Amino acid sequence: MRTLEEINAKIKAGKVVVATAEEVVGIVKQRGVKEAARMVDVVTTGTFGPMCSSGIYFNIKQTTPKIKCGGGRVLIDGVPAYAGWAAADIMLGCSALPEDGPRNAVYPGLFKFGGAHIIEKLVRGEKVKLEIKTYGTDCYPRKEHVAEVGLADLNEAVMFNPRNAYQLYNVAVNFGKRSIYTYMGVLKGRLGNANYSTAGALSPLLNDPELRTVGIGTRVFFAGAHGHVVWPGTQHVADPVRLEGGLPATPSATLALMGDLKQMDPAYLRAASIVGYGTSLAVGFGLPIPVVDEQVMAQCAVSDEDITYPIVDYSENYPLGRTADLGRVSMAQLMSGHIEIDGKSVPTGGMASRARGRQIAGELKSRIEAGKFLLTRPAAPLPGATLAEALA
Amino acid sequence: MAKKKLVFSFPPRLIQEPVTSNLIRNFDLEVNLLRARIQPREQGRIVAELSGTSESLAAGMAYLEDQGVEVDTLIQEIRHYSDLCINCTVCTGVCPTDALTVNPGTQELVFDASHCIMCEACVAACSYGAMESQF
Repeated sequence: MRTLEEINAKIKAGKVVVATAEEVVGIVKQRGVKEAARMVDVVTTGTFGPMCSSGIYFNIKQTTPKIKCGGGRVLIDGVPAYAGWAAADIMLGCSALPEDGPRNAVYPGLFKFGGAHIIEKLVRGEKVKLEIKTYGTDCYPRKEHVAEVGLADLNEAVMFNPRNAYQLYNVAVNFGKRSIYTYMGVLKGRLGNANYSTAGALSPLLNDPELRTVGIGTRVFFAGAHGHVVWPGTQHVADPVRLEGGLPATPSATLALMGDLKQMDPAYLRAASIVGYGTSLAVGFGLPIPVVDEQVMAQCAVSDEDITYPIVDYSENYPLGRTADLGRVSMAQLMSGHIEIDGKSVPTGGMASRARGRQIAGELKSRIEAGKFLLTRPAAPLPGATLAEALA
Repeated sequence: MAKKKLVFSFPPRLIQEPVTSNLIRNFDLEVNLLRARIQPREQGRIVAELSGTSESLAAGMAYLEDQGVEVDTLIQEIRHYSDLCINCTVCTGVCPTDALTVNPGTQELVFDASHCIMCEACVAACSYGAMESQF
């Protein structure tokens, strides 16, 4: 149909046709898959929700005399960071908490501050307090160092998500009696509410469910920066059970992502304080999908009515690792505000922002149209996937 | 029948005065208490919905003013900060009165304070500090 090189040539010439994953649903309904695939070169997706598997690593400018963080102890705004690497490399995950923080001692804890808030501060251009205590060596004699540092003071700062972009996620409910506080939000007892976390028809990996266009190396929109898929995400499942049309029915693909923290935009990165659970980081992610054949377009046409998610009880089944079939609901039902479980109407709430996901898909579309974002050929497929012929 | 949702602030000297009872008995008003906090020697606060004829409502309000009860018609006890809100909409699932809903077109959060009963369920549900209680 068209090669990646042809798409990039069109992007450079300012002649590319881009549609968001929401827009193509209507285009395909009106004109059919064949015509839509002929018309549209690239489909953009977007999602914005909390992903606890987010963190940063950075390299600090050396002090005089020099100091060795590796093997020492590093605190950033009172939050312990990981310093098991070389002299000046430090890593901080978004779920890290202050050593003396109350956590869930007064239940449910509020988790007002943690690694995620430090990451957000840095991206906003604010300074954080770095405290290093370590041992001295002949080459790194200094033992203590305290400094206020901002993003500009760091040599390199990189965002890394060992896991992001879950293809399919649970709808969380609570069959117990009391309210519970989970990473899926507050779940009221006796099926008081149902929370979901997905962008539905805009969701990156649900628009390429068999991973025919995305692979290791794919350039993506990552919190405002241009990042890359660097590896399959942790918990990636290569061979999920699939429904008709290729959509997964069971836990499936995830992506590991990396991007330059210095290029990120605070509009697409927000620290989350999840009551009773901990801190997390909402990270904006957008995947461009090159329409290299008609199958790509047919799968991008997936609508909120087509996508279904499993309902999972978080009072007992999830914490105890039990599986139980509580049924499935579609994104359209979830977005209507109520779903039906056991004959009961249960109000729904989202964890991922559809409005912000739409904004990301739109921003990625504008960047491609403006010639600022070129598409990449994956260096390798993800486990279990076969790339489309034009990308293999 | 007219209906009004109000916030009453009582000075400490009125703690002994059965204000709510008087509103019911003497002014023929229906009083639906939504939220109350009354502590000795401190200001008491009640959020209530009053319903009755417009005449009895006006008379009841005059009585409250006469007693020195501060009446606020603008319910601002729960605030939504749209600059902090990411429009994830998780709060809509815990809101018992549909004060928080989603605009089906924009998918953005809509907060209608006139439906809010100040239960504060949204405050705990929000991870971004976008809902705040000032009750």
